[in-house]
Amino acid sequence: MFGTLKMHLGRFRHGVHPPEHKALTSHLPVRRLPFPDEIVLPVRQHAGKPARPIVKPGDRVERGDMVAAADGWVSVPIHASAAGTVTDVGLWPHQDGSYETAVRIAVDPNSAQAPRARLIPAWEGLAPKAIVEAVRHGGVVGLGGAAFPTHVKLSPPEDKPLDAIVINGCECEPYLTTDHRMMVDYPDRVHHGIRIMMRVLGVDRVLVGIEKNKPDAIERMRETAPKDLDVEILPLRVRYPQGAEKMLVEAVLAREVPSGGLPMDVGVIVQNVGSVASIAEIFETGLPLIERVVTVTGRGVKKPANLIVPVGTKIRDLLEACGGLTDDAREVVSGGPMMGAAIANFDAPVMKGTTGIVVLRDVDCEERTQMPCIRCGHCLDACPVFLNPQVLGKFAMNSRYDEMADDHHVWDCMLCGCCSYVCPSHIPLSQLFAASRTALRKSKATA
Amino acid sequence: MSTSRRWLVTASPHLGSPESTQRIMWSVIGSIVPICVAGIYFFGPSALLVLLAAVLGALVTERVFGKRGTLGDGSAVITGLLLGLTLPAGIPLWMAFVGSAFGIGFGKVIFGGLGQNPFNPALLGRAFLQAAFPAALTTWPTNTGADGTVFSHFRLDRLGEWAALRGDNFALPFMRPEVVDTTTSATPLGIAKFQGLEEVQKSGIEMSDLLLGSTGGCIGETAGVLILLCGGYLVLRNHMNWRIPVSIFVAVALLSGVFQLVDADKFSGPLTMLFSGGLMLGAVFMATDMVTSPVTHKGCWIFGIGIGALVVVIRYWGGLSEGVQYAILLMNAMVPFINRVTQPRVFGTRVQKVRVTA
Ligand code: SF4
Ligand code: SF4
Repeated sequence: MFGTLKMHLGRFRHGVHPPEHKALTSHLPVRRLPFPDEIVLPVRQHAGKPARPIVKPGDRVERGDMVAAADGWVSVPIHASAAGTVTDVGLWPHQDGSYETAVRIAVDPNSAQAPRARLIPAWEGLAPKAIVEAVRHGGVVGLGGAAFPTHVKLSPPEDKPLDAIVINGCECEPYLTTDHRMMVDYPDRVHHGIRIMMRVLGVDRVLVGIEKNKPDAIERMRETAPKDLDVEILPLRVRYPQGAEKMLVEAVLAREVPSGGLPMDVGVIVQNVGSVASIAEIFETGLPLIERVVTVTGRGVKKPANLIVPVGTKIRDLLEACGGLTDDAREVVSGGPMMGAAIANFDAPVMKGTTGIVVLRDVDCEERTQMPCIRCGHCLDACPVFLNPQVLGKFAMNSRYDEMADDHHVWDCMLCGCCSYVCPSHIPLSQLFAASRTALRKSKATA
Repeated sequence: MSTSRRWLVTASPHLGSPESTQRIMWSVIGSIVPICVAGIYFFGPSALLVLLAAVLGALVTERVFGKRGTLGDGSAVITGLLLGLTLPAGIPLWMAFVGSAFGIGFGKVIFGGLGQNPFNPALLGRAFLQAAFPAALTTWPTNTGADGTVFSHFRLDRLGEWAALRGDNFALPFMRPEVVDTTTSATPLGIAKFQGLEEVQKSGIEMSDLLLGSTGGCIGETAGVLILLCGGYLVLRNHMNWRIPVSIFVAVALLSGVFQLVDADKFSGPLTMLFSGGLMLGAVFMATDMVTSPVTHKGCWIFGIGIGALVVVIRYWGGLSEGVQYAILLMNAMVPFINRVTQPRVFGTRVQKVRVTA
């Protein structure tokens, strides 16, 4: 009834507002971590096809050298984040709990870690296609978590005209301050990246969405915004999952991305601030994407910090660099607590899409007894996609997966976890939906 | 950092809101307690006994026939209290006990317990009692706490009047209740229905009596303003969907307003309709039972309007002076249908034209 009256920008409907917990690290400037003894680079750390290793044990690599090549268009190369010797190309624990082919590099303790002499391209003189090519060779992916190859996003098909770029500075997940610090500590780099994107896409309107709980980031981004470009910094109300592309496009432009579609279907592309900065970095340092900002936080880690971390640093080393864990640490999560994955093996390395490591204590993850659904409707009020998690949950518990897909849009679910978060009966709704989709995929594969 | 420690590996989300079903239930109980206290103030120790008997009936049935370990969720206590509040204070205790046992047993447990029942168990229990013992359910003892003199002047002579039982509370099952010497008074709705509206004016029942609860009636039905306050507390805590009572009030007020315009001698007006009988208690505490009301907001509006319309129809033209319980039960039956037709429109399914100005 009121949904069509979108007078009101700066918001999407529904969602939740969990406690933010950002004060643990939001005031800490980004600092650089010393190189660890060993770097492990999984070939699968971006959306799309895994990269193909091009090195073998015994090879000497310098910082920035390619160790695995892109396999096809929706794939990116992977580069050594430290100089050293390749010791192994084989299976290694992955953050998702499986084992995945990875290139292991023993870091040379005597190396100055200076990259090879290289040409730093000036993008101003390049054609858009050539800029995209440089980004592609730099192995740049979205740094907001999904790790989608950036060059693919920068190459929209001809029939999808764009008229706006939305820069995602929401960081709506609790605890994380990666994007926050990026905007406070490196606003010029973010704006540089925005300039490059505008050139590549031929779009002259940019909206930067930043949640209001980051006033210093809003201010810094406003101060440093170029005067000659149409870059608007939009403070947004604090609401999870505003950082989800579809919600953000709704919040800043009041455009509804169609079900099963992409933001480019409504003339927009969305890019996370960190990814924008790493586009700029290609043209500032000439180095590919080999390091990123990671927030290590939570009350289960002794010294929370915002760190520039070489991709491939083991989570174990990262936690040790932050003073180690407290005695009551209980669960280690990669990414934010709403959508992040719990880590079982701390040998798994930081990847390009790792936004943060959150360590929860016993009291933060007390077991909650599940009760029957009392049809309170809170989950419907929370779902940003306007699904009916109550009915979906009932079907999931009865393994009625086909009805979930055919009648109740389970494929539109973003697995954002809002429904599970609010459910007073502690029914693991989004977890059930994830499992149902796995079952559906399987039955489709065997059908 | 020791690796021998056992790490928790659960699926996301790793955070949960502090809300829980138990907390909701206990805060509902907390908000019913003031209404019970008011009932005891108005109707003496009999009210307390009836409430206790009803709660006991609910708890015993839940314990004996329900799943293990469900007593702590508080839902049986709610059913017992709500049923007790809809009974007259003079009713034999065993009837209160049986009523709530019926409500829990046939209204909830046979459907599979908490969350599975289509009908509000307290109302089902009351409907059963009304069918089985119509006389006992319509014998309204006089409200003695009402004028406040018993307590404010602390008059021992009046205190005895307050403390007297309001009927044969201790009658044994199926013994014809003796006619106990107790004063009864008719409810405003009953007078309006069976004797005509002028009689209500003659009987001296004022609007303030209806608002504050100093009229005859069931234990917990009379104090309209208090019920609203308690409901407001639940709304603030997001434990109640305010759309349901509001839509009931709006529907009842509009409809009865129209009819009053048509014939003011025959039909009672909006304020009387809203604050008399079980409407307040029903609208605020019975219709809003989460389990038996719709899950969508649009559905809640439809549900509430339906109840409001039915109440007016039953009160004006039905054979009963009171229509709230049947109105709610009827709409309870409609809930699955209402839910189905009010599914929200999934994000991204709007037919839209976006003009891209590139
Ligand atoms: S939030 Fe939980 S209890 Fe409430 S309707 Fe949804 S699934 Fe049921
Ligand atoms: S996890 Fe899915 S169903 Fe639950 S709130 Fe998010 S989008 Fe809706």
